[in-house]
Amino acid sequence: MRVLVTGASGALGGDVARLLLGSGHEVRTLQRRPSGVEGAEDVLGSVTDAAARERACAGVDAVVHLAAKVSMAGPLAEFEATNVAGTAELLAAARRGGATRFVHVSSPSVAHSGDPIMGEGAGPADPERAHGPYARTKARGELLALAADAPGFAVVAVRPHLVWGPGDTQLIGRIVERARRGTLPLLGSGAALIDTTYRDNAASALVAALDRAEAAHGRAFVVTNGEPRTIAELFEGICRAAGVRPPRWRVPASAAYGAGAAVEALWSFRPGADEPPMTRFLAEQLSTAHWFDQRETRAALAWEPAVSIDEGLERLAESFRRA
Amino acid sequence: MSRGAQHPPAGLPGLDPRFSRLVRVPSRSGAQHEWHLLDNAHVLAESGVEPQGTILCVHGNPTWSYLWRGLVAAATRQALAGGPAWRVVAVDQLEMGFSERTGRMRRLADRVADLGELTDALGLGGPVVTLGHDWGGVISLGWAVDHPELVAGVMALNTAVHQPGDARIPAPLRLALARPVLETGTRRTTAFLDTTLRLAHPPLPREVRSAYSTPYASADRRRGIRDFVADIPVDESHPSHAELERIAEGVRELEVPALFVWGPRDPIFGDRYLADLTRRMPHADVHRVEGAGHLVAEDADYAEIVLRWLEGRLSHPARAVSKPAPTNDHPPLWSMLDSLRDSDAAALVEMAPRRAPGPRSVSWRLLARRVDEIASGLVAHGVRRGDRVSVLVPAGADLTAVLYACLRIGAVVVVADAGLGVAALSRAVRGAWPDHVIGIERALVAAQVLGWPGQRFSTRRLATPVARALGVTASLTELADVGRRDLRLPTEPGPGDPAAILFTSGSTGPPKGVAYTHGQLSALAALLRDRYEIAPGDGLVAGFAPFALLGPALGATSVTPDMDVTAPSTLTAVAVAEAAAAARARVVFASPAALTNVLATAERLRPENHAALAEVTTLLSAGAPLSPRLLERVARLMPAASVHTPYGMTEGLLLTDVTLEGIREAEGSGEGVCVGVPAASARVLISALDERGRATGEPSNAPGVTGEIVASAPHLKDHYDRLWATQAASEADVTDSRSGERWHRTGDVGHLDAQGRLWVEGRLPHVIVTDGAVLTPVGIEQRAEAVPGIRRAAAVGVGPRGTQQLVIVAETEPAVRGPRLADAQLAGRLRAATRLPLAAVLLVPLLPTDIRHNSKIDRGALAEWASAVLAGGRLKRPARGRPA
Repeated sequence: MRVLVTGASGALGGDVARLLLGSGHEVRTLQRRPSGVEGAEDVLGSVTDAAARERACAGVDAVVHLAAKVSMAGPLAEFEATNVAGTAELLAAARRGGATRFVHVSSPSVAHSGDPIMGEGAGPADPERAHGPYARTKARGELLALAADAPGFAVVAVRPHLVWGPGDTQLIGRIVERARRGTLPLLGSGAALIDTTYRDNAASALVAALDRAEAAHGRAFVVTNGEPRTIAELFEGICRAAGVRPPRWRVPASAAYGAGAAVEALWSFRPGADEPPMTRFLAEQLSTAHWFDQRETRAALAWEPAVSIDEGLERLAESFRRA
Repeated sequence: MSRGAQHPPAGLPGLDPRFSRLVRVPSRSGAQHEWHLLDNAHVLAESGVEPQGTILCVHGNPTWSYLWRGLVAAATRQALAGGPAWRVVAVDQLEMGFSERTGRMRRLADRVADLGELTDALGLGGPVVTLGHDWGGVISLGWAVDHPELVAGVMALNTAVHQPGDARIPAPLRLALARPVLETGTRRTTAFLDTTLRLAHPPLPREVRSAYSTPYASADRRRGIRDFVADIPVDESHPSHAELERIAEGVRELEVPALFVWGPRDPIFGDRYLADLTRRMPHADVHRVEGAGHLVAEDADYAEIVLRWLEGRLSHPARAVSKPAPTNDHPPLWSMLDSLRDSDAAALVEMAPRRAPGPRSVSWRLLARRVDEIASGLVAHGVRRGDRVSVLVPAGADLTAVLYACLRIGAVVVVADAGLGVAALSRAVRGAWPDHVIGIERALVAAQVLGWPGQRFSTRRLATPVARALGVTASLTELADVGRRDLRLPTEPGPGDPAAILFTSGSTGPPKGVAYTHGQLSALAALLRDRYEIAPGDGLVAGFAPFALLGPALGATSVTPDMDVTAPSTLTAVAVAEAAAAARARVVFASPAALTNVLATAERLRPENHAALAEVTTLLSAGAPLSPRLLERVARLMPAASVHTPYGMTEGLLLTDVTLEGIREAEGSGEGVCVGVPAASARVLISALDERGRATGEPSNAPGVTGEIVASAPHLKDHYDRLWATQAASEADVTDSRSGERWHRTGDVGHLDAQGRLWVEGRLPHVIVTDGAVLTPVGIEQRAEAVPGIRRAAAVGVGPRGTQQLVIVAETEPAVRGPRLADAQLAGRLRAATRLPLAAVLLVPLLPTDIRHNSKIDRGALAEWASAVLAGGRLKRPARGRPA
């Protein structure tokens, strides 16, 4: 099969491209920088660029669409251009190019309005209630993708939650850097239960979605390790793996001290700087429970996470030791 | 607004517009009136479902058919899913809801006739089961009285057909009836409507309140509410009095199955009206929803109860057949009293009688005479067979005499432990609605203050003004005097007659009344006698009330040790030893809390105390499990004693039994706590858990299968009192209707092993269902407690069943000062010890336990707490366990 992977210069996109190559598929990639994936045919450009898009989609059998604008900063128009219009155009181009399967990579935040999530499945994307331009535009993008699902064009939306692992500069890099400087903040009580996804598992789930697209099309699936941990224990594990002192968690003294308040102050983004998503949106994610019912995902994608949280932390520690 | 009937506006929460229809009904006056009703007939017809009958629902004042939206939906769902199919017709009465405003004042007789005209117009054939609420209850019962050929059953939520002569109209209604208030409160303003809608527990959502108010938006449309209130027959001169009387008398003739679902927190239709209804229809089933009120249809899942009842009572009439006549295998409880009535040996010994130096002995001769005299005195004061007598007397000679006197005359004793606390005790007593109360002064004060029903008797003679203030008819002494002058005992009750209602401790929810017959209590006495080899003349130290009260039935000398009987933890080692010495007792019954204190005070034992304890051959630790470690220490105090700990509950007081040796032998060989093999006449089976953690398995004795523990025994409860649905659930799919063999779902989970021993693994509601595993808590907790530093652990699930996450909440040694998360290392050790993917480990200074036993961890409360903390809430302390 010839598969187009968009956003392959990112950690997860690169993993997916390599996994596909490893199982004998031809892989083409589309992103602004070289993907760095050996054996893949890079098309350089943005999904908002019509010529690049057409070139990338020509003659492919399937698309895994990871490219998105994930920052908190920047005008809404930019989010819309990439996450909404870019997705719509890519869907059309993929069909024109001959693709029969389309895996749309989304985010659990598209269905989330800020309340704790405890064991819920993948609710419908809701652009009205999702928080922030990223989640709202991703919600609209996902709705467009699922609406394009049709006979002969199987669309699956996959929402991996908090992907981390060796080499991840976003979540892991930030936590470790701040812990090293002694500025990793208190996160409420640190007791919010959070589902995360070890990066290999996220990649294998996207490939599984591609394999199972004919059966699972038209639906959205949250993907996680299915092993929620408290945010305090996760941070402690990550810091230990990196060989830095874990933060000390303290119970907020006053009732008015909301779980998210301290986080927001410390994780707040600087307007104008194009930051990775360690922002208000992520702060909210880390101070209220976010864990999901994985039964439907696992049954529909015929997929199980291969790497447990504890094993993932081992591998992370290993990568820090080598570094 | 037009005068004719209308469809309700779209979008009222829970109301499916498909069920709304308008019907024109020719009236006896020659005119036609238009009704709005909810009716699922065409929805059933579209799916080709033929209903087996119709539920005719009638709302009260000031509601409308919206009240029944849940039942219409639930009945339709059940029918379309292939279950029993019922058509549901829920009317808006004329002048009410969305039915026509005819402009006429409709009195009770009009409304009953109106309903008849509607059912004629609908062409309702049989069978019809009526369901009414509030004044709709009266109207629906009136319809039932008038349509005997159609009616197959009657059901009602809080209602009344008669104003008991000794009671005034409830205050809120008296107020509403005062003329200026009537006009202003009911029609001109929405006060009456708003007040009624505020009676829900918990409060109704705003949208639901607003839905109820929708058809009553203007004063003009509220005319019906006013007229309804004005039509309440306050006295015999009222125009509707005769019709109410006709219905009240008519229902006595109804022989069809009847159900009352009742919310006791009702300022208008309180429990006394339920008592009146059940006197008129003694065969009626009752389900009282503790905590629910006037709007029980909003407060409780009445639809499920109603549908379940219809299935049990009407779909399978065979099940309604009463149980086979009980066989009299065991002598009645008073038979030893009779045969020893000429003995001067001690029947009772009180080590610390009230207001007298102890010990005080009561001979069999004296006790038998006292019982007969009190029994005769009670009869002379109008206590009849089947009457309920709430007994609020501390353990001792008075209690024993009162209980045996009541049993002898066939009165039903209602016994609730004062340890429940006043609030729960009051709910229990009111729930049982006794005809008489016998109590100590403190209890009678509570009875007066809290408005318990019933004729009052005091244990001691009270000063006349006090007796008058408390409404006391007579003291025990006066009863005995009356009885002595005219000793006349009625014929003995039979083994199938009701004997007692015992209240559960409430550690597993609000206290429930558990009803026993004479035969069942006799069977319990026989089991105790055989199991613990108690022979007439033996001494019995009575530190555990339920068994101790059976002492006289066994012919044993019961010794009450010096302790506060309502607080078992006040029993000291010396008190046990002195009690044992006083009657040369071989047998000691005690609760775990009492034994814990006995151990704590053991160093005060003198040599003669040790000598007395060395004579004890049987020790029974009953009420809750005691750890083997503590049992070992107790055994050392009573070196000759065989130490037993039984497994049971208020519903089945002795189901299995295990000795200390048995516990040692079993240790480590199974999941959970070994409680031994079934006691002689008891049988224990397991209803296996399915993958969703529900006990759906056919009961079986296959070893190694985990499921709900189900039990059968001659001494098992007869039923739960006034909890029809709870009783139905407790015997669902286990009691054999053909053989009449009674089984009980205990709500505990566990398994049987290859030797037939029972292992308890926790409570059914505490079973944790993760993605892929069904887990019971006790074994996990035992493995967690083996981790160094963990003192006591609770395993709870958070999140929705089927995808729950397992969480350990633990006490540590040394204790943490405030609740906090365990660090990653301790969490890792617990993951390794339990071999399970724990989502979190939370540490607390103290786990919440039920106050009474101080041993059962309240996992339900703990799971709620853990869930809130792990949602990202504050890490505050878990609440103390529920009062139990």
